[in-house]
Amino acid sequence: MGSIAETKEKKEALLVLGCPQVPVQTGIALYLMYGLRRHGVVPVVAGNPAARMLVEVSDPLHHYVGEMIDIDTCIGDLADKKRAFSYYIVFIHNDAGVSYAATIQSITGKTIAALIYGEHFQDIAGSIDFPCEKISAKAVHNPMPMKKKIDEVLPWLVSNL
Amino acid sequence: MACIESLKYDIILQGASFKECRDFVRANCSEFVTVDPGFRIFEKAIIGVPPILIGLDGDVITFPFTKPCYGTYLLRTENPAEAARIRALKK
Repeated sequence: MGSIAETKEKKEALLVLGCPQVPVQTGIALYLMYGLRRHGVVPVVAGNPAARMLVEVSDPLHHYVGEMIDIDTCIGDLADKKRAFSYYIVFIHNDAGVSYAATIQSITGKTIAALIYGEHFQDIAGSIDFPCEKISAKAVHNPMPMKKKIDEVLPWLVSNL
Repeated sequence: MACIESLKYDIILQGASFKECRDFVRANCSEFVTVDPGFRIFEKAIIGVPPILIGLDGDVITFPFTKPCYGTYLLRTENPAEAARIRALKK
């Protein structure tokens, strides 16, 4: 018979990265992965090649990041019900990020966490009218405002979503 | 079937919102089909804020296409087989 730890269901969080043009994205993503690992959740990253490569270069031994998948493949697999995750966290700093978040919410029917940052975070947060948990901060170059938000909400997020 | 980026297409709108794409399709296409995000068009799962409208004018398809770094485009391309497949969803 396996131990409780061995028989416990493995939880995975899908982190959907946006275009890496906002400097804080990779740092915040890795900090969030660290936090998720501390809660026993394995982070899986979806993004375009540049976003994934920034994570790969920053965490070459995969201390924090788990599997990394192409964003279009990921959306296709979610739509085809080939994959599902315990948590969905979408990084949003532009309209495309909102579109990806809406798509994942619609496909999965789950409440997603929207990490909204960048120069226009308030306008972007205001444009989201589908069900999600918005975690927003004006973080462009300085990751601390978003780090503080993550510290506040992560325990709740892993317990309630 | 060709992937979207290898198609010969016209860009109708660039940096558009999904509401702008919907409004354009309603106003300018002779018929349209409403689909959910994840619906496959040219084998690619469509990204977007629902409801997503795909316009049809004969064999010409007008549809939104989102890229992470560049936002949403409304594209128009001619493809009889894909137009027929999408039109069949209305029945």
